[in-house]
Amino acid sequence: MLKLAIDRLPELFAGLAENRALYLPTEQAGQVEYGPWTPEAKVRLDALNTVKSAKDLFFPQSENLMAFKTQGKNISILDTRKEPQPFVIFGVRACDAASFDILDRVFLAEPVDSYYAARREQGTVITRACFEPEESCFCGVFGIDALHPAGDIATWETGGFLYWDSLTDKGAALTESVSGLFDPADSNELAAAIDRAKAIFEKLPLHDLSLNGFDGDATARLFDSPKWQELSQSCIGCGTCTFVCPTCQCYDIRDYDTGHGIQRFRCWDSCMYSDFTKMAHGNPRTTQLERFRQRFMHKLVYFPANNDGAYSCVGCGRCLTKCPISMNIVKVIKTLGVKEDV
Amino acid sequence: MQRIFGIISEKAKQLLSDGTCDRMIGWKRGEFFYDPTPAVFSGAGDLEDFVYDGFCGSNLSKYLIQQSAKEGKILALLKPCDTYSLNQLVKEHRVRRENVYVLGVECRGMLDIDKIRALGVKGIQSIEENGDQLTVHTLYGDKTIERSEVLLEKCRCCKSKEFATQDDLAVTGEPMPEAPADRFDMVKKLEAMTPDERFAFWRSELSKCIRCNACRNVCPACSCVKCVFDNDASGVASKANTDTFEENMFHIIRAFHVAGRCTDCGECSRVCPQHIPLHLLNRKFIKDINEFYGEYQAGADTESRGPLTDYTTDDVEPSVVMQRGGGK
Repeated sequence: MLKLAIDRLPELFAGLAENRALYLPTEQAGQVEYGPWTPEAKVRLDALNTVKSAKDLFFPQSENLMAFKTQGKNISILDTRKEPQPFVIFGVRACDAASFDILDRVFLAEPVDSYYAARREQGTVITRACFEPEESCFCGVFGIDALHPAGDIATWETGGFLYWDSLTDKGAALTESVSGLFDPADSNELAAAIDRAKAIFEKLPLHDLSLNGFDGDATARLFDSPKWQELSQSCIGCGTCTFVCPTCQCYDIRDYDTGHGIQRFRCWDSCMYSDFTKMAHGNPRTTQLERFRQRFMHKLVYFPANNDGAYSCVGCGRCLTKCPISMNIVKVIKTLGVKEDV
Repeated sequence: MQRIFGIISEKAKQLLSDGTCDRMIGWKRGEFFYDPTPAVFSGAGDLEDFVYDGFCGSNLSKYLIQQSAKEGKILALLKPCDTYSLNQLVKEHRVRRENVYVLGVECRGMLDIDKIRALGVKGIQSIEENGDQLTVHTLYGDKTIERSEVLLEKCRCCKSKEFATQDDLAVTGEPMPEAPADRFDMVKKLEAMTPDERFAFWRSELSKCIRCNACRNVCPACSCVKCVFDNDASGVASKANTDTFEENMFHIIRAFHVAGRCTDCGECSRVCPQHIPLHLLNRKFIKDINEFYGEYQAGADTESRGPLTDYTTDDVEPSVVMQRGGGK
């Protein structure tokens, strides 16, 4: 383990950004999002959750896939991809870091999504432990340890120092490039801060949220539950929950007529939208109840059914704080869960 | 808040048991103390989770489009500002007023949990209201803040304590908070900027848009059955902002579309996950309409013609843009 005095962070950022792009939580018009580092950027490492999650860096909200050009009777297909460039994301929280594993299961399974894979390969993830969780945090429910986040490099900020630990070969290689900035450290120096934070995590109101009743075999019990009606009745059908979610991975592919060809792009889609998975015959889910149900069944039942029991939620709490009508996955879990036998 | 809650509960129980109303739309207790959800209650025996407190900022009027199309009468709990939205929807023949029983509920201004968080308050557990001050209990200790600092924007500039329409009222009769801030204060600041400064302000704000459509879907004036931006056949359907032009124009076009009909209910800004001050676009239109056609409040009644759908010989000429610094 290594450490660096906090006031030397700008040097670290400059070092990391020397040969590659560096993205980290930055403030723009009052909101914190992952943005490129520049010496002028308003870095906000204190922000627990960015509005959008870190998934944007690997799976951007919209991206061009290819273009078509017509000349006479010939159509040529153009690869519009740019050469992938190495980049670093700094300050990723444990929940967002865990979401990359979930996205990997989708995009890196055969057939591999080469757009996503290229960015995963080029990106190095530096995570940041959470010492001051919010009341809306419940990552622990999904087995995520916010005090020991995953990633290529994990960091902890306490006592005026940034502690730094490489977890992968990629992380070690990046560490090598900035190693001159660091002093050696001992993980015992973190023990007191971690113990203090553990006590806070145990006090979080959602720390004991039970997932009993949700697994890959729960479709029959849950699908026709009458409770979906009351849960979904006030849903306004916006895409907020899906767009701030670190694990939502559905997208739409559309063609844009540029006037002299076609630009084919994909963009995030939302199961909450009325035209989600619209096909030639129409939309398979014609009511908001069905669309609402799809989101939670996907995260808590269908995804585990197809991914060795892994849920597609990391407990970041963004949907809890952002939903316009304050309906969210915790309320769904509590309403539809099965009480454990005492 | 406890007192008004008691008064509403009593009235609701009575209206639902004596046959006046068949069901009620109100707010249901949330997971935390600050996140109640709009909900329909099926009868007097179903009110166990009903709440009304300082976090019931959502405007329930738009739900009445669907609810009033159903059989029976729905009891709607509307705050003063919400009643303007209902009137406007009635005027636009979106809500069947005869199927709605409006219980006007007193409002002393609703709180904005995001503004509380923006003050650096983390791990919020509960809030005590002591007059003008709030004590926030958190995982990291207590914090005292001024109530007026953390009001929702729409409440900071409260447009009315009067109900534009009601069938009955639930009020305490206690004195109400002081006169609100000038709702055009920020619009005036923007008008005073140079075009470049103003452009920079809006680019900075609108570039945050993630096109979640929360502003549109919550807006009582956005009641098109199928929005042009959701319609594949329209040729302009768009699910993501693909460039800065789209980021800007979606909101500007939407503001134009609701101009003259927007009651300034403020829901667009309340629900925006990026806190884009969308209400400023609407307020700019309201201010201009007031200046061009005389003071006008959308939703004040259900009969009059709106300033943009009416013609009088006193209407301003298009050349007014020249006097206001427009043109080339």
